Amino acid sequence: MEKVKCKNCNKDIENEIFILNLWVCPYCNHHHYINPGDRLQITADSGSFTELEKNINSVDFLNFYDLKSYSTRLKEAKLKTSLNEAIITGEAKIDGNDVALGIMDFRFMGGSMGSAVGEKIKLLCDHCIEKEIPLIIFCTSGGARMQEGIMSLMQMAKTVSGINRVKEKKNLFITVITNPTSGGISASFATIADIIIAEPGALFCFAGPRVVKQTIKKNLPPDFGTSERNLKNGQVDMITNRGDLRDTLAKLLRIFKG
Amino acid sequence: MDLKKLEEIPKSYLKEILGSLSKLEKLKKVPFFTGIHFKDAEKDLASKIENYKRVERDAIRVWNIVKLSRHEGRPQCIDYINGIFEDFVKLSGDRLSGEDKSIIAGLGRLNGKSVAVIGHHKGKNIKERIEHNFGMSIPQGYRTSQRVIRLADRFGLPIITFIDTPGAYPALEAEDNGQASAIANSILLMFKVKVPVIAILIGEGGSGGALALAVGNEVAMLENSTYSVISPEGCAAILWKNPSGIKLAARELKMTSRDLLRLRVIDRIIHEPIGGAQNAPKRMIKIVKKYITVSLERLINISGEDLKSKRALKFESMGFFTRE
Repeated sequence: MEKVKCKNCNKDIENEIFILNLWVCPYCNHHHYINPGDRLQITADSGSFTELEKNINSVDFLNFYDLKSYSTRLKEAKLKTSLNEAIITGEAKIDGNDVALGIMDFRFMGGSMGSAVGEKIKLLCDHCIEKEIPLIIFCTSGGARMQEGIMSLMQMAKTVSGINRVKEKKNLFITVITNPTSGGISASFATIADIIIAEPGALFCFAGPRVVKQTIKKNLPPDFGTSERNLKNGQVDMITNRGDLRDTLAKLLRIFKG
Repeated sequence: MDLKKLEEIPKSYLKEILGSLSKLEKLKKVPFFTGIHFKDAEKDLASKIENYKRVERDAIRVWNIVKLSRHEGRPQCIDYINGIFEDFVKLSGDRLSGEDKSIIAGLGRLNGKSVAVIGHHKGKNIKERIEHNFGMSIPQGYRTSQRVIRLADRFGLPIITFIDTPGAYPALEAEDNGQASAIANSILLMFKVKVPVIAILIGEGGSGGALALAVGNEVAMLENSTYSVISPEGCAAILWKNPSGIKLAARELKMTSRDLLRLRVIDRIIHEPIGGAQNAPKRMIKIVKKYITVSLERLINISGEDLKSKRALKFESMGFFTRE
């Protein structure tokens, strides 16, 4: 029997149990990484998902070169994730309710937001307004994509503007914060949702622990930036276990239907 | 190969070049290859070295602009406020949890018309800089700015912002108080207002902390100011994992006014006196005043709805991607 080690409590978990438990450690409830495909499967009604704007791709318009070129990094990320970008967007049903759905993937260049991610979210907003359905985005990201320079910062404004239209048309907007969500995503669409749900133990902050530690030159409290601390500080509405997320979302969707 | 030539290559790329060089030398020594010319390989390497030298020269040029943008002698928010507006009244506090000295917000008059003014203030000497937290804002500051923006929107006052910040303050208290949501809500609010918004980058435009005040119908940059998603120092630490990458990062990030105008992220460059704004602060302030006056004339006759929708359209069209 194949086993996986829990990243938090180091206990061995049988692979089959790990998957049945939705990539959550059965011993310590540590929520591990889950890929967008699996996330979709455990969230949406089976077979209900139609992907939108699959053909939008990033381009290396600045010819950004650090130790590798941005085009190389993009190719590697595509190979690693078999996705075109750090987010998949589309329409799906959750317990029979139509929703516009975005799911980010941290493995694609740290889930960073460049022009393609920004455009996909903007188009998802358009779709949600056109169809008059709620919008749900599963967030995970290190922030803006530095390889697109200033244009990645502008995606924060772009996505916020899209969400503004969604909210002004009285469409419900929910974000689900998954580990980790920080930087330009936290400071744009993730925190302006009508309802913010966080998975247990997810890092959810603006500046990451390393940067904050450097600034204040003191050790940080062990719960820095976690969902639990954010709940205490009034920054999220609730913490929901992965296994209960679908039910929680379904309940909210029913309530907002009136 | 003349090793002296390599001195002008960025340190980060020296390893790569030296690696290629030694590989080439080794190959030449393999008996099997004697008599074979390595001209092409040598030519390639030489052009690579030339390219890296060009990159280094350009990086130094950009770095000088970064240094200018941070120059202590540049006019700061408070100088522009004193030099441009009459009857300025400073408004303080977010009515929730406090006040932030890195942000100055208030109301004043320009050419007989009332306006709202918001800006980051860094301070001029070390004492002032500490007092104003080096222009790094906390949620209280962004929320104070939101309060003044709402006030301006209600009374139909144009909003003028002066941006000069290394970035939002990365501290525990700021995080606990919702730094991310404070910035996000500032951006959101700037998409809601139906008054003209003019944003001017006067020094450093650092990341989300800058963007929180920069959603303008017109966004202008002083010639030697910068605007970037991350500081060159931060970028180098993450991507180059080495401080020697700082100047290279500054170049790659395309953070100068000319780059940003080319990318159409800003609408205008405001030219500085020769050598930089620090050489003639009074003249600089006059030039900025002229710009605001002319820009307001451009915007004042546009309806509130149009101002709002045009602002949204402008930012929503930003980005480069392909459809394949």
